[in-house]
Amino acid sequence: MKKTIAGGAGSAAGFEVALPHPRTSQPAPALTRFLENEGLLAAVLLAPTVLLLSLFIAYPFVMGVWLSLSSTSVGNPGEFVGLRNFVKAWNDSIFRTAFGNTFFYTFWATVFKLVLGMWLALLLNRHFRGKRLVRASMLLPFIVPTVLSTFAWRWMFDPTFSVLNWLLYQGGLITTKLPFLSDGTYGLWCAIVVNTWRGMPFFAITLLAGLQTISPDLHEAASLDGANGWHRFWHVTWPLLKPVTLVVVVFSVIQTFSDFQLIYVLTGGGPANATHLLATYAYQIGVATGLLGEGAAISLFMLPVLFIVVWVQLRYLRRLEGA
Amino acid sequence: MKRRAFLKTAGVAGILAAGRAPAFAQGTRLNILRWVDFIPACDVELKRQAPEASKALGAEVVFEFINANDLQPRVTAAIQSGSGPDIIHMLHNWPHLYENGLVEVNDLAEWQAKDQGGFYAQSEAYVKVGGRFMALPHSIVPGLIAYRKSRLTEVGAATFPKTYEELRQVATKLKRKGHPYGQTLGHTFGDAPAWAYPLLWNFGGMETDQNGKTALDGKGTVEAVKFMTAFWKDACDEGGLAWDDTNNNRAFLAGEISATLNGASIYIAAKRGQDKIKDEKGEPMVRDIQHARLPAGPAGSWSYHTAFSHGVMKYGKNPKLAKDFLKWFHGSERFGRWFEVAEGFSVGATKQWERHPLWTTIDEPMRGFRTAPDNSRVIGYAGPPSAKATEVYSKYVIVDMFAKGAQGTKAEDAVKWAAGELNKIYG
Repeated sequence: MKKTIAGGAGSAAGFEVALPHPRTSQPAPALTRFLENEGLLAAVLLAPTVLLLSLFIAYPFVMGVWLSLSSTSVGNPGEFVGLRNFVKAWNDSIFRTAFGNTFFYTFWATVFKLVLGMWLALLLNRHFRGKRLVRASMLLPFIVPTVLSTFAWRWMFDPTFSVLNWLLYQGGLITTKLPFLSDGTYGLWCAIVVNTWRGMPFFAITLLAGLQTISPDLHEAASLDGANGWHRFWHVTWPLLKPVTLVVVVFSVIQTFSDFQLIYVLTGGGPANATHLLATYAYQIGVATGLLGEGAAISLFMLPVLFIVVWVQLRYLRRLEGA
Repeated sequence: MKRRAFLKTAGVAGILAAGRAPAFAQGTRLNILRWVDFIPACDVELKRQAPEASKALGAEVVFEFINANDLQPRVTAAIQSGSGPDIIHMLHNWPHLYENGLVEVNDLAEWQAKDQGGFYAQSEAYVKVGGRFMALPHSIVPGLIAYRKSRLTEVGAATFPKTYEELRQVATKLKRKGHPYGQTLGHTFGDAPAWAYPLLWNFGGMETDQNGKTALDGKGTVEAVKFMTAFWKDACDEGGLAWDDTNNNRAFLAGEISATLNGASIYIAAKRGQDKIKDEKGEPMVRDIQHARLPAGPAGSWSYHTAFSHGVMKYGKNPKLAKDFLKWFHGSERFGRWFEVAEGFSVGATKQWERHPLWTTIDEPMRGFRTAPDNSRVIGYAGPPSAKATEVYSKYVIVDMFAKGAQGTKAEDAVKWAAGELNKIYG
């Protein structure tokens, strides 16, 4: 059907277009009515996400909780044992070492990543030649798969052929090899170094994004008032950067606390279980030894700790936003 | 003729006699998961045999090789998910732990033992669970101490030390010269338990008594840990706490260490790479390598040699096919070819292979591997092999007890810790 649509005042400016049948001539199709219902549409659009989350997050989580309350081991369905696995884990000296290590590792790695990441972000926020190239290359440790980069570090810390030991020896700084991975304390600090190296770019790039939202006028005004570099950072930059910093720290704490790959590749939890974190020890017990119930219980010890950390930090963040 | 009927009546012999593949459904595939062999040529030989097996069985036979330290996690994941390789390489006494996920193979074990002269006690004990063969013994990788003859001569040792104390004295001198004894005490499948368990036994310690009750906390165990503490400090490369099974090979071939407990892979690598692997005088290092058994302690001279078997997984869709493959694969012809490629690194699970012509032509330093499995005890000694003993092994309790001693923990405390761990496991 063709219809003339008037354009301007006279019919001479009009043109002809084809239009569908008028809607009013019949009721709207069911699909249209359905799509116009906001509640239903929202449910439909959310369904794939909910399904995926249920399948890959909720189901494994519920399964993990169930396993932790059972005596399941490889090939044996097991039975309900209540909190026995949790009690057993708590009385296990290796678990307690892993539990302490996890806090130690998370705390120091996060502190170093924050301090060095902030320093790097402040440097990168300045204008210099090749700025973009430096910013892009800075992300390399974060982009390279953790397993690959950790293997490289493992070679550098190798008990026999460590290039670091060789350099230190050649430089006259040591007379005997440093036991990078063959001593528990050294091993844990090596892991913290690698984690810091890997995670610092994430801090730096996120804080840099935060820094770029701060108006230069504020710094200029502070300078005019006689503020030096430290004062400008402490009284201008830091308060405005605090919300971003808190978000980055929350993410980092979650990832570092549940870290697995790095320790698994670098030390395997050794020597003599001295560098196990909760995740690697849970794997050792649950998957390598096949005691799935006990392994699940060990891994679930992470949950309340992470929940409290996230809750406290998010609450603080909300208060900041409110202020 | 239908596949099942054909195989039932004829078996693999029938297949071979018929000269054609049975009518397996198109796309039938048999996946075999094995460790990455320390002799790379052995895996090449298996890949070469795969098409032969595919032709003989009428199914696509595919080998997958992974690091031995990753095998146990793969077994757990496969059994729990009910999917994965049809056949998995089993080490040590793992069949006891994975019993519920494995298909019983009594018929095959009976055939193999009869065909090849009877299993070594160790091989049989490790796969026989409650009187049933839950995996088919395949081979043993014996561990002997590889040492540099010239280095020992330099410190006045004409022959390899006969006792642990003599070894400590000789190796102390070697360490002073900058070339210590190399030993891993890390969480690694082979060399660490192969050192730790015999050290326990040879000083009179034991994991359990004959009834399977924990008996670790005793004088013999404490003495063994005391020896380890002194030996580590005086004579060993202290980086060994972080070694896996490959580190000592590399350290030995690089001339960093003078002696180490290992399979024959060091010698074979030195021989195959003699153009590159040289000693301090520029001569091929292989000429300077010799092997010796573990020294004797106050309670004897026992060893631990890693036994290997193949388990047919219960979740597999073709258990019959898997068993047919094992009969083909473990048969004298196929195993014999693989055994020859191994050049003594792996020996048979049955005694027939001690009489193989390979041993008459093999280099003299390799001959000790022929009968090495004859002095092996089993994990869990003095009790019977059990899933509990496998758990102790998988958690590296015995290895860690010695590692604690090496790190300076008082021997009595290290033993007390390990005994406590054993009590939790054995109940």
